[in-house]
Amino acid sequence: MSTATDTAPVTASANPVSQSIRDSLVIARRNLIRMTRIPEMVLFGIIQPVMFVVLFTYVFGGSMKIGNTTDAGVYKDFLMAGIFAQTVTFATAGSAAGIADDMQKGLVDRFRSLPMARGAVLTGRTVADLVQTCITVLVLAVVALLVGWRTGSAEPTNAAKILGAFALLLLLGYAFTWIGALIGLSVRTPEAATSGGIIWLFPVTFVSNAFVDSSQMTPWLRHIAEWNPFSATVQATRELFGNPGVVQSDAWPMQHPVWASLIWSVLIIAVFRSLAVRKYRSASA
Amino acid sequence: MPGAIYAEGLVKTFGDVRALDGVDLDVPEGTVLGLLGPNGAGKTTAVRCLTTLLRPDSGKAVVAGIDVVRQPNEVRRSIGLSGQFAAVDEYLTGRENLQMVGRLYQMKGRAAKARAAELLEQFHLADAADRPTKTYSGGMRRRLDLAAALVVSPPVMFMDEPTTGLDPRNRQELWGVIKQLVAGGTTLLLTTQYLEEADHLAHDIAVVDHGRVIARGTSDQLKARTGGERVELVVHERDRMGAAAEVLAAFGKGSTTVEEHTRKLTVPVTGGAKLLAEVIRELDVRGIEIDDIGLRRPTLDDVFLSLTGHVAETEEAGEGSPDDAGHDQEKEAAK
Ligand SMILES: Nc1ncnc2c1ncn2[C@@H]1O[C@H](COP(=O)(O)OP(=O)(O)O)[C@@H](O)[C@H]1O
Ligand SMILES: [Mg+2]
Repeated sequence: MSTATDTAPVTASANPVSQSIRDSLVIARRNLIRMTRIPEMVLFGIIQPVMFVVLFTYVFGGSMKIGNTTDAGVYKDFLMAGIFAQTVTFATAGSAAGIADDMQKGLVDRFRSLPMARGAVLTGRTVADLVQTCITVLVLAVVALLVGWRTGSAEPTNAAKILGAFALLLLLGYAFTWIGALIGLSVRTPEAATSGGIIWLFPVTFVSNAFVDSSQMTPWLRHIAEWNPFSATVQATRELFGNPGVVQSDAWPMQHPVWASLIWSVLIIAVFRSLAVRKYRSASA
Repeated sequence: MPGAIYAEGLVKTFGDVRALDGVDLDVPEGTVLGLLGPNGAGKTTAVRCLTTLLRPDSGKAVVAGIDVVRQPNEVRRSIGLSGQFAAVDEYLTGRENLQMVGRLYQMKGRAAKARAAELLEQFHLADAADRPTKTYSGGMRRRLDLAAALVVSPPVMFMDEPTTGLDPRNRQELWGVIKQLVAGGTTLLLTTQYLEEADHLAHDIAVVDHGRVIARGTSDQLKARTGGERVELVVHERDRMGAAAEVLAAFGKGSTTVEEHTRKLTVPVTGGAKLLAEVIRELDVRGIEIDDIGLRRPTLDDVFLSLTGHVAETEEAGEGSPDDAGHDQEKEAAK
């Protein structure tokens, strides 16, 4: 066998942090290339929230009471924060399915036999999913503007606040992909991962302030909804967008939604990242 | 001094299943060990333990002089693994797959690129290099998987059933590649369900069953225990069996077994097809009519039969179904 190139593996990387970043980027790049080869996956990811926007605004709009009005236009502006937040969490299914697929195809075995950084396969995946979420959110924002959604419709806002809202949304989406990573490592097939990555999101996103005014729920349900980690981001986004329906409540996360959103997301990342990385190290297809 | 791959008392259980039940191995540097056994014997589990993918419950494993359990990442720098199923990303091209693996072995971008090009050439994949591997045939995917395991020319290689599911042509081709590799001094542990394959590629063979090594030796030693090649024939008329036995005695390398009721005679031989032709000619000269004649080479089943007294309990024939093979050839031809 000819060995024209110097194929000696580079000796132990001096800095584990830079190796970790490098390896994660290699994997993220790989997943982004995959995305361009399966554009329909990205497309479905976009169609779903767009469909939700249309269905919710035209079917529910006019019959939903926000504060003390059932005005369809108010509901539309109220709704968008909820749709954005739900959309970013749906990335969970993608990362779960992707990782389960890598397990099933034996790719995880290959990666685990390589001298690469421990968490890089999962970090690379979640970073690629974040890129996809950005694209989805961007398209969704355009569609929302087209159907008449406007920021600052209830309270004045500014560009910094709006960008802050999107940052919180993306952080939440990123945190949820780590839950997806753990699910992907825990199930046997990509199909199971897709359903396992998504079914629990329905109660989480519906028992919240995303689509209805939580102050009009029965007390116990309202309590759950307002402490639901997901609701904090919705409330924060709504407030920063200057949209109507920001709920007045005794619940701490509703009073300090930006902080609550940040804390929840960081906590989810910390917990699920360490669980997922530990699971990955002993993963076997 | 222990060899490049060394294992002592490896045990791995999955619930009630003792997948490895005290496996000892010692593969000297630059040699090939064939791990031969039926489905479910524990071959894959052994490979996974030795390549840091599974942590053994007990026992010791040392690869390239490094303890597998204590320093897994150091071991990973020195090994290449080609698993039981080709592990390549189906949406990436062959080139992208190899470059990615190179980068993950911590090669610099340019070096990874050059190495990928070189391997694609070497493994006859240059024409398909920029197509997603989804479009590859089974044989091509296997070759790419092997190439990925060779990106850094690791001193120690593991291949888990590299040719299972391949049609004969692809199998032959892969054997050629593996032989070249070994000629370069790589230490290799290869698992297989085919005695023929182990015979062809391995210096030493360890036969495994139920998580234990039940026999080891060179293929000649194993075959000697099994009986080696035999000529088997069925005589047309019962009263010519004596005459046929005389012919076989003249060519055979041992005593002839005679089964009266089936009119079947068997004799161990050396000399293969050429000898078979001579036997047929001689029978013809003597006017002995035969219903059937053939050269029988020992198979895994024969080895098992002679070692354990029972046939290997394969869950499913490992051989790819004829459909698969046809499919492979089609794709290969279509490229
Ligand atoms: N991850 C696992 N979980 C449970 N049982 C397993 C697992 N991996 C292997 N086994 C069992 O261990 C035994 C050995 O399997 P394996 O090493 O795959 O055999 P081989 O590769 O020789 O076919 C089999 O009985 C198999 O069912
Ligand atoms: Mg196996």
